[in-house]
Amino acid sequence: MEATKKEHELIVSVSPHVKSDETTSRIMWTVCLALLPAFLSGVYFFGLKALFITALCVLSSVIFESLYLKVVDKKSAVGDGSGFLTGLLLGMNLPASLWSFSPFTVHIPIIASFVAIVITKQLFGGLGYNVFNPALIGRAFALISWPRAMTIWMTPTASILAMDAKTTATPLGILKEEGIAKLIEVFGDKVSLYEHLLAGNRAGSIGETSVIALLIGGLFLLYKKYITWHIPVAFLGTAAVIAWVFGGKEGVLTGDPLIHLMSGGMMLGAWFMATDYVTSPSMRKAQLIFGAGCGALTMLIRLKGGFPEGVMFAILIMNCFAPLLDRGFRSKVFGAVKTAKEIKK
Amino acid sequence: MSSHSTVSLKDQVLNGIIKENTIFKLALSLCPSIAVTNSLKNGIFMGGAVLFVQVMVNTTISLMRNVIHPKVRLPIFMLVISGWVTVTQMLMAALAPEVNAKVGLYIALIVAFASILARAEMFASKNSLLPSMADGLGMGIGFLFALTTISFFRELVGKGSLTVPTGLATDHVFTFINTKPVLLMILPAGGFFAVGILMAGFNWINARAAAKAAAKTAPAAH
Repeated sequence: MEATKKEHELIVSVSPHVKSDETTSRIMWTVCLALLPAFLSGVYFFGLKALFITALCVLSSVIFESLYLKVVDKKSAVGDGSGFLTGLLLGMNLPASLWSFSPFTVHIPIIASFVAIVITKQLFGGLGYNVFNPALIGRAFALISWPRAMTIWMTPTASILAMDAKTTATPLGILKEEGIAKLIEVFGDKVSLYEHLLAGNRAGSIGETSVIALLIGGLFLLYKKYITWHIPVAFLGTAAVIAWVFGGKEGVLTGDPLIHLMSGGMMLGAWFMATDYVTSPSMRKAQLIFGAGCGALTMLIRLKGGFPEGVMFAILIMNCFAPLLDRGFRSKVFGAVKTAKEIKK
Repeated sequence: MSSHSTVSLKDQVLNGIIKENTIFKLALSLCPSIAVTNSLKNGIFMGGAVLFVQVMVNTTISLMRNVIHPKVRLPIFMLVISGWVTVTQMLMAALAPEVNAKVGLYIALIVAFASILARAEMFASKNSLLPSMADGLGMGIGFLFALTTISFFRELVGKGSLTVPTGLATDHVFTFINTKPVLLMILPAGGFFAVGILMAGFNWINARAAAKAAAKTAPAAH
């Protein structure tokens, strides 16, 4: 009797009726998975120091997030993985040489994590409300506060266990200070330079060096439809064109776009930083402009600015414009009638 | 705004320090609070200058309130304010020339402080001498307190030291951290961080104190 009654019961609910099984935490953990190849290559090239720095960032990000949520009495949202992802991205944006006890620089990743999680993300309202990319603000804070420690780059080591490493300049640093001829000389010839850049066998932040590993991760996200092509393609395309037109010393159209695309944080920035859902526009046309703006500002800083690398500041500047761009390209409501004011325009 | 003699003088002073703190509550005069607060000494001198101007302006306006024609009151207020700012600037140049070289530009800008004109217009021109002086004192102390806290925090975190004016030829500089303090905090961008963090802290403490006071006066009714 009971059973038949239940069969005829109607379920009344409000829309949406068809639900996707995608959740925030699933997206976050998938992005973490996509970052794994680049992280592993970082550990391969920079040794255990890279592992320790990244682990420190992840650990302190998760701890700061749960502490903050406890203090303000919010329901714990640590399980959604966003704090973990911020920590992972932050760690991959720092040089492995920060794991050093004399001079003592181990506090830098911890303070950067605090700035990223508490100040940039939670004080603005938590996940979904932050204006700027938390990991990048954490890195910018560290770079401006400790410029010396944040620009000591290790030479990639052959052995993972090696804790002592020579320091060197990044390819972009050499390009800025001594020009392209010197850069090619350091790596042997041009083909060898490209090979080193592609594999990630060069000085730089932990997770930014290996172009091939970052491409695998980025294309995986594209295949899973977690990101669209608009931001990365506009970002890299604009940067490549500007590098080709203005990047050369012998005049216009003599630059080498490949060196610029494969060095610095270009790949990590274009695939993983600029595509952050919260801090980038969601309209397709707005995303194209957002990406192009990131690319143009990056190249402006690299070619004309004081820093050898500009991806971080370019993305942070464009983050400010994300809400504005979304408003400018708002989609038309189906069947909406123009108001008298709009017709007059 | 609190008006007329219903409020005691002590409460009038406290109002400017806590309830209507220029920087932490009203978020006015943020320009000097970021521009001059990268060392404790500059913060104290700037705060002191504002305290002096605020008290003197409130006193003068209150004394003149019955002879100022309402139609021309704002130009007169401005004249009084710029007069006292000039006095401050001359005093500063005579007594502490090297501080004047650093914060002198911002001393001149006190003329344009919204908080000073607002107190003259809303309070001093409507109240008698003693409440007006109390109000000016409270507002000025509130500003001095805010600037001192901000510059204390910024210099300690950003340089790892504290510069305390001693009145002698050289200031006493306490140094706490010799290696790598947070450089960003003494840069202009760090000023926004400092003001934001301290503002949040100030309001948090006040909210807690208010909640405690409310719990004391009205015990839970159940």
